[in-house]
Amino acid sequence: MKSKHWWGSAGKILIFLFFCVFAIVIILPMIWMIISSMKTNTEFLKDPWGLPSIWHWDNYAYAFKYGVGKYFMNSVIVTVVSVFVTVFFSALAAYVVSRFQFKGKNLVFLFIIGGMMISPEANLVSLFKLLQTLHLYDTHAGLIISYSVFQLSFTVLLMRSYMLSMSQEVEESAFMDGCTSFKVFLYIVVPICRPVLASGALFATMHAWNEFMFATVFIESDDLRTIPTGLVTLQAALKTDYPVLISGLVISAGVVIIAFLIFQKQFIRGLAQGSVKG
Amino acid sequence: MKVYKNKKIIILYLAPVVIGLAVFVYYPLIRSAIDSLFQWVSFSTERKWVGFDNYIQIFTDKDFFTILKNNVLYALFSVLCQVLLAMVLAACLEELFMRKFQKFFRTVLFLPSLISMSVLGILWKCIFNPNSGLLNTFIHAIGFENVTPTWLGDANIAIFCCIFVSQWQYTGYCMLLDLVGIQKIPRELYEVAEIDGAGAVKRFFYVTLPMGKESMLVTSIITVIGSFKIFTEIQVMTGGGPGRATEVLATAMYRSAFTNDEMGVASAYAMIIFVITLILSLIQMKVSHTGEE
Repeated sequence: MKSKHWWGSAGKILIFLFFCVFAIVIILPMIWMIISSMKTNTEFLKDPWGLPSIWHWDNYAYAFKYGVGKYFMNSVIVTVVSVFVTVFFSALAAYVVSRFQFKGKNLVFLFIIGGMMISPEANLVSLFKLLQTLHLYDTHAGLIISYSVFQLSFTVLLMRSYMLSMSQEVEESAFMDGCTSFKVFLYIVVPICRPVLASGALFATMHAWNEFMFATVFIESDDLRTIPTGLVTLQAALKTDYPVLISGLVISAGVVIIAFLIFQKQFIRGLAQGSVKG
Repeated sequence: MKVYKNKKIIILYLAPVVIGLAVFVYYPLIRSAIDSLFQWVSFSTERKWVGFDNYIQIFTDKDFFTILKNNVLYALFSVLCQVLLAMVLAACLEELFMRKFQKFFRTVLFLPSLISMSVLGILWKCIFNPNSGLLNTFIHAIGFENVTPTWLGDANIAIFCCIFVSQWQYTGYCMLLDLVGIQKIPRELYEVAEIDGAGAVKRFFYVTLPMGKESMLVTSIITVIGSFKIFTEIQVMTGGGPGRATEVLATAMYRSAFTNDEMGVASAYAMIIFVITLILSLIQMKVSHTGEE
């Protein structure tokens, strides 16, 4: 539609400028982060807006040496296992509440989604005590369990509505052929539900990779820390060497951003799926 | 199907989720409720019944008003940016003249939401640094050499800096979800409005807003719930300081538990957070009909 008024075009220009400023406010800190990660400490402190005289790629090697490599591996382990646990068990439970018939089904379902009402913050202190009692304090297992259980309710809800919308004909004929329910689940339900499993996994991944509060309270040994808490520890340890710390930040942020840019389409579809009832 | 009534299978498949939730989500909550009535410390089994004293201690704390005010401020600004502004921005990007740039802005504005809050917290702490940060050196460079705000070190503005970082991270994310929502609105509605001579602003108020009203309400509540759970950005950037100027409920709980070792008070904070978020979640469920067939 052509704008009839002069203020129509002025408005368009203003909107466009607003978006440009917004984009700069987003991008600038990130570019600054990348540039700063390759400076010397003096350059960083004296001239925050300047470019480094020599690009110190070795800052990344130092960051790895100071623990970022270790934290990175820990994050990978905790994320992969907790995502697998979350998705697998949620899918099983969703399969039951969407297909099986039994007394008290609604009650069980309410019990499962009721977990969403309880925020991790409300459980922080008592979960900390519980993990100590179970000797899971300061272990990856404790962190993995904590991440998974707080993701279960939402994931079951997400998967259940998807499974309800799927036709059951193939499953029924598989049962006729004598398949066990687990085989039907693994070879028919799971493949059909791939899109929803993927978005459940996406949410679980984002949560586990970025989570800070549980990680800071439930993990004490430096060797077991994940990236978000590891970097905060590093911040205290590297008081005088900012560029190395910032290289650590770039490594952590870079991985996720690159993954996003590659899988952008699937990513946005997954997010939209979860937001419907998130 | 006969299989679908097999009790053993039902129990076997549901057990991991149900037991996991019972042991690690529901049980700790009940423990929090009980523990909040005792005075106890972390590494001792000794405990003393104090009734509601822990709650009274929190409510009479002279900083409690600041704590609550910070959470409410968070909620206010988050709804303003992540619900209202995000919706307007999404509608702007859907306008014809912005379409060619939509993908670019959408991607750029979304990026921060991918990064861990603790990473962004450290990054912004460097940017806010009064001596070597980007912000102050920029202010000095454009001629205001005598203006040197200490940002996170200034009790009056520190909380707004933290709030800004949250909005910086999440506005683009919410905008993206709104975009997906707008694209689901039937095109005919816009076409009819256009034939009737409605301009962009009118189309926003008479089509986009009424169609997106319900989802905006739900997002508002989710955003407010999130605002009462804020922890990471405060803990990483200010630790609740300077003094206790940026303390929020979750950091106050953390301080009681792991700095002051007043586990009873911390449990009471946990219950306060739980009750606030529970009430909001119930409202949200009511509004969004979650769980209905």
